[in-house]
Amino acid sequence: MKLSKKRIRQWGGSLTYHTFILLFGFFMFYPVMWLIASSFKEHAEIFQNAHSLIPNTFRWQNYVQGWRGFGGITFGTFLKNSMIISGTSTLGQIFTASMVAFGFARIKFVGRKFWFRLMILTLLLPGQVLHIPQYVLFNYLGWIDTFKPLIIPGFLAGAFHVFLIIQFIQGIPMELDEAARIDGCGPFATYVRIILPNIKPALITSGIFSFYWSWNNFMQGLLYIQTPRKYPAALALQLFSDPQSVTHWGAMFAMATLSLVPVFIIFITFQRHLVEGISTTGLKG
Amino acid sequence: MPRLKKGKSIKRVRSLEYDNLAGYIFISPWLIGFFAFMVIPMIVSLYLSYCRYNILTPPQWVGLQNFKDIFYNDPRFWQALKVTFTYVVGAVPLRLFFALFLAVLFSQKRKMVGLYRTMYYIPSLIGGSVAVAVMWRQLFGVSGALNSFLIKTGVLETGFGWNVHPRTALLSLIILAAWQFGSPMLIFLAGLKQIPASLYESAAIDGANRVQAFFRITLPQLTPIIFFNLVMQTINNFMVFTQAYIITGGQPFDRTLVYVLYLFRTGFTYNKMGYASALAWILLFIIGVLTAVIFRSSSYWVYYESGGDL
Repeated sequence: MKLSKKRIRQWGGSLTYHTFILLFGFFMFYPVMWLIASSFKEHAEIFQNAHSLIPNTFRWQNYVQGWRGFGGITFGTFLKNSMIISGTSTLGQIFTASMVAFGFARIKFVGRKFWFRLMILTLLLPGQVLHIPQYVLFNYLGWIDTFKPLIIPGFLAGAFHVFLIIQFIQGIPMELDEAARIDGCGPFATYVRIILPNIKPALITSGIFSFYWSWNNFMQGLLYIQTPRKYPAALALQLFSDPQSVTHWGAMFAMATLSLVPVFIIFITFQRHLVEGISTTGLKG
Repeated sequence: MPRLKKGKSIKRVRSLEYDNLAGYIFISPWLIGFFAFMVIPMIVSLYLSYCRYNILTPPQWVGLQNFKDIFYNDPRFWQALKVTFTYVVGAVPLRLFFALFLAVLFSQKRKMVGLYRTMYYIPSLIGGSVAVAVMWRQLFGVSGALNSFLIKTGVLETGFGWNVHPRTALLSLIILAAWQFGSPMLIFLAGLKQIPASLYESAAIDGANRVQAFFRITLPQLTPIIFFNLVMQTINNFMVFTQAYIITGGQPFDRTLVYVLYLFRTGFTYNKMGYASALAWILLFIIGVLTAVIFRSSSYWVYYESGGDL
């Protein structure tokens, strides 16, 4: 009798737990599901019975319409622009951040501690403070209305990524480096042959974050890109959704949903790395 | 929480010979970025904050005029500060409350916990995007989902403009911020795993129930992480821009004019680059004060000091 009572209590506890999580999860997830549902709704249905999650008829037409974009430029162009910007800057970030991380973690040089602390300090410096002088600088360099202001800073090792990779390099035994040195490897060969192959998980984590931030970065596009043909997806979506000019709401929701698809695909593929990245660095809100 | 591996590997670095050239070559990408995109812009920005500058004509030195104007003749500056502080004071505690609450639930060993944790992180993943901002505007709009639901259930008779009404506009932004509690949740989870199980065992022997264990063991053990999250989230939320720009545009009557939005408009819409630089330095000062708080408390959550020679 005693055992079964305990069993019942455990069952009850589990049931409450899962019901609560799922119910709360439903409220949290509602906006996302609503966005997806709205992307399939008829124009009239978006405003009548707006809260429903199941469209009366699935209008794939919204996606076709949205894909046409505006001013003769398809949404494909905007997605391609975002891919170029985010893809290139992410590759640059992975390469340079791992280099810098190797330098800090494995090479002894004068001023190492000083520069490292300075780098940690810059993690706390909000980028927004620098927008105006950076704009002046990029304007002076003639970079306005090009992808350069969105890509080139990615090739200069962001402090967050360096920090994340250093954490990982610290876990690789020094014996490997020493063995390489005895075999006649210099620092560069050690980096390429020993460290790089061993820090793949950290590179993936860093790459995911870099890609997300670049993909979602609306402000940079707003500041630097002027020609519609060069718009990244985030900027195009914002113009597309201007409340004064939207005529086709279904198409707008369809493109909003579409712009999140790359983010979801990467998240689902690499989610374990992402969770670990946040837990170990304690950074990024 | 950040931790560097202790001991061995760090000591071994000491045994290496100095290699200054290689060291500086390897860290050069960061050094170049640091000087080109941080140090120089900061110096330029400091100079501009004492100038009148519209980017087309050369900057004109005006001394402290910008700062005087900001503090004495600019009600919108004070409004922006007020809005931003209200936003931060509303959003951060909500975010941390949900983050801690769900982290505690997800730290239990149960089926499907991994999946739940992943799902609950998704809003944080997409929350900063334009797509979500656009969606949020419609969700809380006059003919949006919230009103539709409230009318259907008889709470409201006609639609209410949640994000255009002066009393609720900022609230819709705060809810959006609270919705994205995924990152602090994961950091709390990592922290919860660090608490030694023996503490709970001895508490159970002493007859403590779960609630007592939470307040006597979990919460005190987590304080460094709570504090860390609190400061990071405060800084982060202070910088809100995209959501306010798209969802409310600072309207109505500047009720949602957050600081960075005001800074952006001053610099790039009104072309007052000198004035905006002064605003940026005031922002940096505020953030600096917050950062000082972090560093004064560094004995709680340190990464490098505990780890070795970096």
